[in-house]
Amino acid sequence: MENKLQEIITSNSNSKREDLIPILQRIQEEFNYLPQEAIYAVSKALEMPASKVYSIASFYNLFRFQAIGKYHIRVCNGTACHLSKSSDLLREIKKELKIEPGHATSNRLFSLETVPCMGACHLSPIVRINNTYHTQVESEEIKRVIAEIRKEEEL
Amino acid sequence: MSTPTASTINLVEELLLKNTLEIPEDLEQHLIKLRHMTVEKPLIYVGNGTCGQVAGSIKILKEIENYLHENNIDAEVIETGCIGMCWAEPLIDIQLPGRSRLSYKHVSQENVTEILDATFNSTFEPKYILGQFKNEFTEPWEGISFVEDIPFYKNQTRRILKYCGKINPYSLDEYIANGGFSSLSDTLLTKTPAQVRDLVIKSGLRGRGGGGYLTGKKWETAALSQGDQKYLICNADESDPGAFMDRAIIEGNPHLLIEGMALAAYATGTSKSYIYIRSSYELAVKRLVKAIDDCKEAGLLGHNILNSGFNFSIQLATSAGAFVCGEETALINSIEGKRGIPRPRPPYPTQRGLFNKPTVVNNVETLSNVPMIIGEGVDAFRSVGTKESPGTKVFSLSGKTEKSGLIEVPMGYTLKDIIFKISGGIKHNKSFKAAQIGGPSGSCLVEENLETPIDYESLSRIDAIMGSGGLVVADEDTCMVDLSKFFIGFLKDASCGKCIPCREGTHRMLEILEDITRKPRDANHKTLDRFKGVMQLEELGKVISETSLCGLGQTAPKPVLSALKYFRQEFEEHIYERKCSANVCRELRTYEIDPEACTGCTLCMVKCPEKAIIGAVKHPHFIVESKCTGCGICLEVCKFDAVKLK
Repeated sequence: MENKLQEIITSNSNSKREDLIPILQRIQEEFNYLPQEAIYAVSKALEMPASKVYSIASFYNLFRFQAIGKYHIRVCNGTACHLSKSSDLLREIKKELKIEPGHATSNRLFSLETVPCMGACHLSPIVRINNTYHTQVESEEIKRVIAEIRKEEEL
Repeated sequence: MSTPTASTINLVEELLLKNTLEIPEDLEQHLIKLRHMTVEKPLIYVGNGTCGQVAGSIKILKEIENYLHENNIDAEVIETGCIGMCWAEPLIDIQLPGRSRLSYKHVSQENVTEILDATFNSTFEPKYILGQFKNEFTEPWEGISFVEDIPFYKNQTRRILKYCGKINPYSLDEYIANGGFSSLSDTLLTKTPAQVRDLVIKSGLRGRGGGGYLTGKKWETAALSQGDQKYLICNADESDPGAFMDRAIIEGNPHLLIEGMALAAYATGTSKSYIYIRSSYELAVKRLVKAIDDCKEAGLLGHNILNSGFNFSIQLATSAGAFVCGEETALINSIEGKRGIPRPRPPYPTQRGLFNKPTVVNNVETLSNVPMIIGEGVDAFRSVGTKESPGTKVFSLSGKTEKSGLIEVPMGYTLKDIIFKISGGIKHNKSFKAAQIGGPSGSCLVEENLETPIDYESLSRIDAIMGSGGLVVADEDTCMVDLSKFFIGFLKDASCGKCIPCREGTHRMLEILEDITRKPRDANHKTLDRFKGVMQLEELGKVISETSLCGLGQTAPKPVLSALKYFRQEFEEHIYERKCSANVCRELRTYEIDPEACTGCTLCMVKCPEKAIIGAVKHPHFIVESKCTGCGICLEVCKFDAVKLK
């Protein structure tokens, strides 16, 4: 991880303040989240206090501070999806996985996130599991998919 | 010297640099081909915008490639952006040599072979036909109506979306062949920056991002500001839930935005620019990067553009996602690598913006209007729309309408025409209740506003805002209290936390709304308190609007206040009767057990977390209403359908 971090930082940085967000984005692309080490490494490279780096990173919705699960579930919570009862759907998924959005299950199999709008409102509500979209979806279908994944992973 | 073959014709040299009116025959033929008026081999278009991809277009694309390979068919496959008819997706179009372009809807992995089989045998598959496109160069299919005659399409005025979904967004040549970059080449050759600004001022173009400020005036201020370096920023950080106009414009026709930006930069004396775009817009970013690279290579971006001495570059800044960054000063802070917190104004960005230099911030749709204004003239631009709000507006229409998608209508069009003429009414024959215009911090329009023209003035007269173009329609099954709660919850999370009225005020508003959408927690919590909460909601809303620093806070109470204005009885019903007639507010739902159907299996009693169900084994059970929290677990677990919603 150390080496990779240094590589990203040196390839992106002229040690300027405006490089901060692009660097953090690259790190998240690489690791899927911002590890604590990354915050320290960036703070050192850009000569900024780590608290400042963290304050900026935590301001933006995109950045995560926890690793995601093998299956990352995104539930759209845009206005159209809300009208199609996406909050009921989210409640069911939370109940099924026993986690809150922004967290991963303890075995790191699933993680959950809500996103503001996926831009395909005609197909609401939408749930995205990794790169597969489940459209006009009902909670039963998602529960079935989760059960299938669990079964598959046990084998 | 031999004549150049089609693929080596350099359109920039032949069309844009040579300012001749006469186009040689071979070039004309080449242009017709690039416009897909005629094709030499079958051409398949796959609607592959984000909305298409969610609907499954990537799998269909693969299926088509397999089919062509297996059947040894020599055909060209191109991806297009969204044509706006999201309701019919996934869409594929097939154009056979000499025949008109045929469009199929609701294509799937399962039926794509059937469709291709039929079409390559010169027939068609009527089940999935959407229509055919008008084309004077080809023979139309018999018995198929025209796409241009579909009410959803016919009643629009497509200017910015004209080529979205029709041309290949990866091809610069196709854009140029359809008249692209001619406004820029003409401007660089014949107009001064002041003339361009003058044209834009005269056109009356207003910022399409929501503010509605005169674009030309903004440019004028920036152009006249002192500074060795000026910046142009295109705001593509569309983060309203339910809004996808800018993304679709970029995915469908990225070159249009680049041309608009180049014109804006020329007019304001800017050489550097940023496109601030959401990083989650992966496809839009990919197409934009390709378009920028191609333009650089063709000499349409970079140094000495079209030999005019004008330098201009575009850099992408991918945003990390914060709703407040739609506010221009917050956006500027974000590009500078800071928290996206708004700055007090004045000084305005046009005087002191990015890195303290004069900066123009314009939205994607605003900039995409510029090539048309310069190319076709002020009168052509003003030919639609109203006197004060000329031109068109793109809306992303979603929610409970029959057909939803991306539409472009003249300013001054009515909501009624959008919903009933273009979209075909409300789904499942339900009745219209409200439409949310302007995103989460917009207002709702109700039945009495159906005839109100949608333009900046008319909307502000009814205390609503245009916003960036999100239009979400709600039907009779919607609870307005719940919807207001949803919006204020979103805005509470989006508040940057800098100023107290917005940070604390939105929080309090949410608390009050949460309070009235659930049952009282204790006996002291009287209806009167809940009612007082609503009275405070109005007062609080006013304070937040009047004292917040930026547009987010100033408009944050709008959705609640407008819902309260039009649907007061619904709020009162939640307070006094503790009832949600739309049955949306979960905690106000009450259940009952049908004694006929109940077998007394005790399952609901065991599962009830509140111990609100009583009964003996093999005898019908009962729900104690005062204990019930409306969680609905009993309804879910009952195997005999004995639990019912009251």
